[in-house]
Amino acid sequence: MPANFIPTTADYLRTLPEIILIVAGTLLMLLEGLAGERNRKGTGPIALVAILAAFGAAFLAGLDNRGPAFQNFLIIDDFATFFRLLVLVVGAFSVLCSMSYFERENNDTGEYYALILFSLVGQCLLASSNELIMVFIGLEISSIATYILCGFQRDDRRNNESAIKYFLLGSFATTFLLYGVAWIYGMTGTTKLDEIGKLVADPRAIDTPWMVAACCALMFVGFAFKVSAAPLQSWTPDVYQGAPAPVTMFMSAGPKAAAFAVFLRVFTTGFSTLGESWMPVVWISALLTMIVGNFAALTQSNIKRLLAYSSIAHAGYVLVAIAARSEIGTAAALFYLASYAFMNLGAFAIVTQFSRAKERYVLVEDLAGLSQRQPVTAALFTVFLLSLIGVPLTSGFFGKFYIFKAAIDSKLFWLTVLGLLNSAVAAYYYLRIIVVMYFHEPGQSADTAPAPAPGISITMWASAVMIVVLGVYPGLLLRFATISSFLPK
Amino acid sequence: MPPAPPAVPLTAYLIVSAILFSLGAIGFVIRKNVITMFMCIELMLNAINLSFVAFSYKHGTVDGHLFTFFVMVVAAAEAAVGLAIILTVYKNRNTLMADDIDSLKL
Repeated sequence: MPANFIPTTADYLRTLPEIILIVAGTLLMLLEGLAGERNRKGTGPIALVAILAAFGAAFLAGLDNRGPAFQNFLIIDDFATFFRLLVLVVGAFSVLCSMSYFERENNDTGEYYALILFSLVGQCLLASSNELIMVFIGLEISSIATYILCGFQRDDRRNNESAIKYFLLGSFATTFLLYGVAWIYGMTGTTKLDEIGKLVADPRAIDTPWMVAACCALMFVGFAFKVSAAPLQSWTPDVYQGAPAPVTMFMSAGPKAAAFAVFLRVFTTGFSTLGESWMPVVWISALLTMIVGNFAALTQSNIKRLLAYSSIAHAGYVLVAIAARSEIGTAAALFYLASYAFMNLGAFAIVTQFSRAKERYVLVEDLAGLSQRQPVTAALFTVFLLSLIGVPLTSGFFGKFYIFKAAIDSKLFWLTVLGLLNSAVAAYYYLRIIVVMYFHEPGQSADTAPAPAPGISITMWASAVMIVVLGVYPGLLLRFATISSFLPK
Repeated sequence: MPPAPPAVPLTAYLIVSAILFSLGAIGFVIRKNVITMFMCIELMLNAINLSFVAFSYKHGTVDGHLFTFFVMVVAAAEAAVGLAIILTVYKNRNTLMADDIDSLKL
């Protein structure tokens, strides 16, 4: 056996976050069986500690131990570190909110947290994968865990429906990705992204460039589904609405960011020389995604469904940054994904809180008069919504600003104009929620509105602080995003 | 040692694989029963496996064979989770028709 087939210590250190998460997840499932019915309270905190440990390991690996791992199947560069840290933060806050949620639903079990950890493993692998089969495996680890999370409360019909829709459509879309991978392997004889990049750039190596473009299209189907880009967005509203609120929170921030990471890496490192062929597709998809998301959100009365359409629209903005095909564009996408994660964590924390037991109150009207009962919560929700609109002094403003600046730098004037018009439309449905909270008379449901549980409070405050800090000093994150935006071509 | 010349040309395997993949995709779209839809996805995955093995033979490397095992493991995991999800849906609704699972529409 050649020496380079034996993993080195550096390999293990670079993938330590994944190792910690896998070990902790497996331990949680064992503990769940051993502890029995009574002592289930401890499982959430253990998961939280594991995520924090993984965060530390990912941070250290990104600080002074960058480089390829396991024969270049994974690569821990600044880009990977950015997304690993991001999904772990999202995971930590989701666990915090889930603890409060499942305590209320009286369904606090260890396997839930184990599944969150496994999904995070998949997302971390996605962020650092440098090989197409790793991409597929990472995507499936992340997705299969999320399918179960969506249907976690087995007796709830909405959960079931969400899970089966996500499962069937998700597996269907992933097969297209895999078929593209198979053909790329057939044409180039490799699945490593950097080698593919070299071969695709060499006109003598590939005699049928249009076939490579067709494979890109097949892979685009898989990625577009995962980031809920049009025309493959139709699953998002149903799945987000039906899943338990903290799971929706997790799904809309973590797996989506990881999917964008792998989207960027595959199309930049592997197929940047074909940019002229795939850029128009991304252009059209970005525009359609923004239009579908924003206009469908206008008429929604269910707040989870509204936020689902809003998350489609936000995926459209990130696609604008990808269509720019520049390092500034990548940096803008990274900044946007991070700031969007905080807005979403905050907004869904509040939805988690106010849905109450069995998620009975999930309509926009149920928030009527919130400002009188709980002025602080209403104010925090307003911050999140203003940031989702993109009002200055919030991180959402700078996120949009950098994206459209990158688009203008790449001469995508029409896309910029249409995108800006879209964000004006979006202001309507976010402002409607604020109007309901502040100017509508409280209904009966407001009387029983409970004060936020500790985990949810922490999430709300942390997200609000991040949004405002990044809205005033965007440079803090933008510098990291700019350093991380380098991807080898 | 270079691989022996194949008795059946590579194109034949790829055409069969493409036909199986398309059958799976069409079946997924037109069938209404969720179990049948799930079987169509499995058919598509197996079509991909066929492509991988055929390409692996063409390149004379074992990579493609390895990928097939990964795909099979993933398909098995998907089947375990998918059938469990289908079972909970059936318990709650007493139906497996995709058109009847529509309570989330507004």
